[in-house]
Amino acid sequence: MNLRRFFLIAVPYLWLGALFLVPFVIVLKIALSDIALSIPPYTPQLDLSAGWEGVRSFFADLDFENFTFLTTDDLYWKAYLSSLQIALISTFVTLLVGYPMAYGMARAASEWRPTLLMLVILPFWTSFLIRIYAWMGILSNEGLLNQFLLWTGLISEPLTILNTNLAVYIGIVYAYLPFMILPIYAALEKMDDSLLEAAEDLGCSRVTAFWLVTIPLSKSGIIAGCFLVFIPAIGEFVIPSLLGGSGTLMIGKVLWEEFFSNRDWPVASAVAIILLLILIIPIILFQRNEQKQREAEG
Amino acid sequence: MKRFSWFNATTLTLGFAFLYLPMVILVIYSFNESKLVTVWAGFSTKWYGELLRNQEFLDAAWVTLRVAVFSSTIATILGTMAATVLVRSGRFMGRTLFSGMIYAPLVMPEVITGLSLLLLFIGIGLDRGVFTIVLAHTTFSMCYVSVVVSSRLSSFDRSLEEAALDLGCSPFAAFRLVTLPIIAPAVISGWLLAFTLSLDDLVIASFTTGPSATTLPIKIFSAVRLGVSPEINALSTLMIAIVTVGVITTSLITKRASVAQQRDEQAAARAT
Repeated sequence: MNLRRFFLIAVPYLWLGALFLVPFVIVLKIALSDIALSIPPYTPQLDLSAGWEGVRSFFADLDFENFTFLTTDDLYWKAYLSSLQIALISTFVTLLVGYPMAYGMARAASEWRPTLLMLVILPFWTSFLIRIYAWMGILSNEGLLNQFLLWTGLISEPLTILNTNLAVYIGIVYAYLPFMILPIYAALEKMDDSLLEAAEDLGCSRVTAFWLVTIPLSKSGIIAGCFLVFIPAIGEFVIPSLLGGSGTLMIGKVLWEEFFSNRDWPVASAVAIILLLILIIPIILFQRNEQKQREAEG
Repeated sequence: MKRFSWFNATTLTLGFAFLYLPMVILVIYSFNESKLVTVWAGFSTKWYGELLRNQEFLDAAWVTLRVAVFSSTIATILGTMAATVLVRSGRFMGRTLFSGMIYAPLVMPEVITGLSLLLLFIGIGLDRGVFTIVLAHTTFSMCYVSVVVSSRLSSFDRSLEEAALDLGCSPFAAFRLVTLPIIAPAVISGWLLAFTLSLDDLVIASFTTGPSATTLPIKIFSAVRLGVSPEINALSTLMIAIVTVGVITTSLITKRASVAQQRDEQAAARAT
């Protein structure tokens, strides 16, 4: 192996090792530690000056106490469950909103498509925080949505939407909609229209042809889109803390509060480890789907 | 034959209204005279004036800009190197771990990335501030850069580079004179992506910063937690305007560049 190749591999490798892999080992280690009134606020500390004895007693003091604690306090498993529920429901709604849009884009005249694509991508470049913030003014009790609904006479009392789970659903669907549209559009755009014509010639109605031809052919796009929404939605912090209320339980928010408000680093680390374990399954499924798609194309 | 019906036109109109109305409303209300953000009291640009006189926001903007420039530049260099390794280096020890470390940060919840980096910085006793945010942002954005660049690299005709080597270029010169100009659009969009990700990041910056450095998203977040404010509307409008102009210009430039490039590549392929 020549020096140049070694250098090329070593630099990004070491960077990621030091700033991505090592931090995870530290999180795992602190998750097994106990909270303590010291700086940093956990025990045991690895004491290398005591030699081998120090390393031995360090490992002897690590335990799964924090994980046991997470199972006994129902705040945590409720937060995990409600994160899963919120992520699932909002992924489904995003699919319902995103699919027709992707379909419409794929059916639009080809000179329009780059512009439509750009319109979908543009919000992605705009600050996430600002896009969520924009909804605060719309959904509040005196907000524009309520003003509009009162003006039309549909309601006589303002609806409470901000600081409820409904606002969180709206926020997630809004923020992650481009992630759903893009892969579905990519799948639909490649579709050969003669297949649909063939199905109709063979006696399918347009609706059946859609269900039997279009949907299966866009399956990989649907799967990719759903994972791209579901995975980040579970660990979401900004949306529940700005749009959600005190009753909105999401694990990203719990982790944040455990760390910054309670300063309980060991429990925050344990919460992070469990969240990762929950996410590993969808991440692996997502990777498989991507790989299958690449193989199908290549 | 593509069928485009009224149904499609309606869903697209409604869908894009959903995507854009909130931002349009935000922009309109940034010009509202009234302090009450939901009541329209006439046109005014006074909140922009307030914003420019607010030293805290200006300081935060300066910190954010510095972090974004440094982290996206380092991330582009590291990410391009990583992409070259992924596409070109074949098998080497720990390749699976390497590609795992490239893809994992893309799907990692920000709270976990932030928490783990903070615990590292505390563990090694690093003072937290601009420097630690740059380290954190570089780490996750280099992964995005390497994904963008490697997709361009893998579609690139390697014989062009081999020709340069045969004609006596050193490997580095071949990379600089042949490969780099060809992958340049991907490298540039990688840099832009890293830059926006850094500008945008709230969670990781909150974890990895210290009292000395407050970025704009941290400042905005602590302000909007208390509710909607016209000053933040003005700030958001400025940011939306910058992004819109930036995205449209770069997409026009890269489109032109990629058309020209395809032509060159085809000409070169014919010549060989």
